[in-house]
Amino acid sequence: MKKKIFSKRYIIETMIEGSLMLSAVFSIFITLGIIFVLCYESLEFFKEIPIKDFLTGTVWTPLFANPQFGILPLVAGTLLTTAVAVSVALPIGLITAIYLSEYAPHKFRETVKPILELLEAVPTVVYGYFALLFLTPLLQKVFENLSGFNALSPGLIMGIMIVPYVGSVSEDALKAVPMHIREGSYAMGATKLQTAFKVLIPSAFSGIAAAFIMGISRAIGETMIVAIAAGMMPNFTANPMEPIQTLTSYIVQVSLGDLPHGTIEYKTIFAAGIVLFIMTLSFNIIGFWLKKRIREAY
Amino acid sequence: MSTKTKQFNEIIKAEAKNLNFYYGDFHALKGLDFKVSEKKVTALIGPSGCGKTTFLRCFNRMHDLYPNNRYEGEILMYPDEINIVGDNIDPIEVRMRISMVFQKPNPFPKTIYENVAYGLRVRGIRGKDIIDERVEKSLRGAALWDEVKDRLHEHAFNMSGGQQQRLCIARALATDPEILLFDEPTSALDPIATSKVEELIVELKKVLTILIVTHNMQQAARISDYTAFMYVGELVEFGDTDTIFTAPTQKLTEEYITGRFG
Repeated sequence: MKKKIFSKRYIIETMIEGSLMLSAVFSIFITLGIIFVLCYESLEFFKEIPIKDFLTGTVWTPLFANPQFGILPLVAGTLLTTAVAVSVALPIGLITAIYLSEYAPHKFRETVKPILELLEAVPTVVYGYFALLFLTPLLQKVFENLSGFNALSPGLIMGIMIVPYVGSVSEDALKAVPMHIREGSYAMGATKLQTAFKVLIPSAFSGIAAAFIMGISRAIGETMIVAIAAGMMPNFTANPMEPIQTLTSYIVQVSLGDLPHGTIEYKTIFAAGIVLFIMTLSFNIIGFWLKKRIREAY
Repeated sequence: MSTKTKQFNEIIKAEAKNLNFYYGDFHALKGLDFKVSEKKVTALIGPSGCGKTTFLRCFNRMHDLYPNNRYEGEILMYPDEINIVGDNIDPIEVRMRISMVFQKPNPFPKTIYENVAYGLRVRGIRGKDIIDERVEKSLRGAALWDEVKDRLHEHAFNMSGGQQQRLCIARALATDPEILLFDEPTSALDPIATSKVEELIVELKKVLTILIVTHNMQQAARISDYTAFMYVGELVEFGDTDTIFTAPTQKLTEEYITGRFG
């Protein structure tokens, strides 16, 4: 049959197909563009500041008269709030997952899980003010030396914010463990708790680890909560009682100001951005790789 | 049901009396009366859906893991005459004494050693010497020791299917169960692995009581002392394996073992 190349239907089909393809690759191009700008601007930055000083310096004062460009205080601040968040989110998330997957009656689980996932819809700015105006004063009653801005309070709130994510993904991983593995454990006289900790968690290990790593990655990238409640003060410390600044909140701070383009201060945003990008990207890749392994376990 | 056995002069290990079982509204087992002789192999045969696996799983309360399942009647275990399906009996107590090997090998994601030690650890047994000794004894009991003694700390998933199934048997043996349940233990195995497991079952009846569900009638004939034929939730015929396979009294049994249905 001869193909009618110029028929109206053929032209419309081609146009539709083309526009679908465009929308599909659009976000990829945008992402690539962002990465390109990030790399380009930070290369400009590293022309002026040696990369060794940047990575090993312990003072970050790019906006001062005598600027210093050591990224370590921001990295320390990021890791500190992340550590606080993770120490809340991982245990609570895992316990939530075990409860929902192994203990909760079917109806309860079907009701609670969507609600849990809804918690992810709370805007982070709300969490930020909650940390600053509610949790910090509350914690100050316990820890008298706690600053008004500190790493502890936003870290804890960030942890609570991530619990639903860690819980929900871990629960999926536990639920994916085949029933005959559970039965094997129960047949040996194990209790639910023994089955959960000794058999199910090892069985679902790659999925749970993926949930943990994605959770960590979200904590590293979280911006609003730390920008509001952690203090905007680069501080090379491991003490969560002190005010700190994270990579993300530094970027917010500088972006809000009116720095002229092309200045070294302006380029610090991109230098901090690429450090952040590499941190979250590597966690995401590990998480993605672990998640892919879930199905290979059985 | 017709019964023709020499069971009267043997020790009875367990006895179902008017046992009924329901999956929700579905009446899956209908008034079973059934005796299990101690240190013998009793086979449950019958077409798919006849309730033989359902019956087997009553013995270690596997049905308690799922909602809306209900037992009626009793399965008494001797010598202490506890009703293992009774509401007042903790399923974990039952499973401590009656262990099970499943259709599909289901080792845990642990080392060979830790798989066998699992039941001991669950029972709170500490002490490396005791556990080492029990692991070795169980692996020998499951005819697996010589194959794995040099790689006890390797992951169990690296074993072949037949080895995994014998590992599951070793795991069940480690805690000295009084009754061992087998749910079609060879249906996922090749003929060589199957014959190893069959030899093992015959060997094991020297020390414990065995109940086995099988789809394979030759297997039942080869390894069991008693055979029960079930059909749509009822026990049609129970007797010495020789009698059931050579001179069944029920027409249904005869039709099934000669392959006219099932």
